[in-house]
Amino acid sequence: MAEKLELQEVEVWDGNMAFSQAMRQAQIDVVAAYPITPSTPTVQNYSKFLADGYVDGEFVMVESEHAAMSGCVGAAAAGGRVATASSSQGIALMVEVLYQASGMRLPIVLAMVNRALASPLNVNGDHSDMYLIRDAGWINLCSFNPQEAYDLMLCAFKIGEDMRVRLPVVVHQDGFICSHTAQNVRPLSDDEAYEFIGEYKTKDDMLDFSRAVTYGAQTEEDWHFEHKAKQHKALMDSRAVIDEVFAEFRKKTGRKYNRVEKYLMDDAEVAIVALGTTVESAVIAAETMRKEGIKAGVVAPRVIRPFPFDDIRDALGDVKAIACLDRSAPGGAMGMLFNEVSAAIYSTRKYIPTINYIYGLGGRDMTQEHLKGIFKELKECADAGKVVGKIQRFSGLRGPALEFFEQK
Amino acid sequence: MSKYVGWDEVNDGTLLFSFEGEFDKAVETKQEDRPYSQWNSYEAYTGDWRVLKPVYNRDICIDCQNCWIFCPDTAIVSKDKKMIGIDYDHCKGCGVCVEVCPTNPKSLLMFSEFEKNEEALAKWPEKKKKSKD
Repeated sequence: MAEKLELQEVEVWDGNMAFSQAMRQAQIDVVAAYPITPSTPTVQNYSKFLADGYVDGEFVMVESEHAAMSGCVGAAAAGGRVATASSSQGIALMVEVLYQASGMRLPIVLAMVNRALASPLNVNGDHSDMYLIRDAGWINLCSFNPQEAYDLMLCAFKIGEDMRVRLPVVVHQDGFICSHTAQNVRPLSDDEAYEFIGEYKTKDDMLDFSRAVTYGAQTEEDWHFEHKAKQHKALMDSRAVIDEVFAEFRKKTGRKYNRVEKYLMDDAEVAIVALGTTVESAVIAAETMRKEGIKAGVVAPRVIRPFPFDDIRDALGDVKAIACLDRSAPGGAMGMLFNEVSAAIYSTRKYIPTINYIYGLGGRDMTQEHLKGIFKELKECADAGKVVGKIQRFSGLRGPALEFFEQK
Repeated sequence: MSKYVGWDEVNDGTLLFSFEGEFDKAVETKQEDRPYSQWNSYEAYTGDWRVLKPVYNRDICIDCQNCWIFCPDTAIVSKDKKMIGIDYDHCKGCGVCVEVCPTNPKSLLMFSEFEKNEEALAKWPEKKKKSKD
């Protein structure tokens, strides 16, 4: 039996420690990992817990992230609770196996600390790696501070392992700004946390010799489409289970999570949509703007897959202008948040002027001045009833304004 | 064989179960008596991957079971340790059985997929004499 750790009511943890403590409390059977900045401490803390007797499981040091996720797939198919952690280049190498995990419906949990993708090489936080894997068939939960990283990591196991879901879950947090910034975190006790997640229940595990099963089958044009469709349905249907788990978590802790988070949105005229630590900065900027007479609010998708198409349009339906902030190089298109939020709004009768900001690449700071500037530009759009200026803009970039497309 | 069902009826995760329901007596049950599911390859034909085929010569075989042990696709049919022949529905023509056959001449040899087995048997080579140099 694993030793229990006595925790304070309030601990001072950075995002990585929050991840590893939640993973320890989940009593994972197998962690196969290959540490990479900035998620290295998640793996390092966890392996120390294991070495000190606080975890009753296996830790497999592998030779790459591709092997890490492959080890996770094997262990999950065998019938264990499984997790790993990674970032950036590691995630890029892992991508092939991420699709395998979701296709085989294995409820693996991935602790992901977001970081820029090379080239040029960069170790700081942006959402390039998050965007890279968003279509890999995983449930994507986004945390904005260490407390949320801890809370969502506990929820991730419960959501993914639910018999109605059985899908892998990734929990995101921003590299360094969240992962290496110590903040107050109120953890559950080991017993409470484990009781919340529950004992791991196997489903179609390979070690059940009475039901011999093949994982990782090949299907061609005669079967592939049906299997991918069923997988998509499971991901879409996980919305109800996510809501249930969030509700149960609230009952236990008082902390409320929603698939779409709304801040100061009750009477908001202009709204920023963002992810990660920028959400908290944007809320502070919105409070400032309100003192200056601009009714500003912030909307943040807590869950980016399955995308909250319905909740996001409900959250934004009454505003007069929206700015979608994408912290990832758009690669020749509009940013992901802009495209997906616009599509959701487009399914209503309303036209709302919407702009796209690309910002913060490679860990560039998103300051209060930038955010206040965005709210002011939104106010102009709201007053004019259309996008004033270009639709895609870059915030915090040196050199002449880089912007694309105008409203027609 | 497989019924083409809709997306709502396929197994989660494309999992293929070998047997209908629970079955853990595979080892002590003969192949033809096992309750294979439609997803098992037992009834599937995969022989068209083959270019060369092994032909089996009963007259020379000593039933050593080497080919049965080494065949990577359980395509050697052997009952009660007596060699019966090749399962051409599943044999991929890899030639491992020929390599491991210890008799002289070999009891298994590779021939063109298009050659009839009787013709192949008719031109079976003679026993090789051991050279003394």
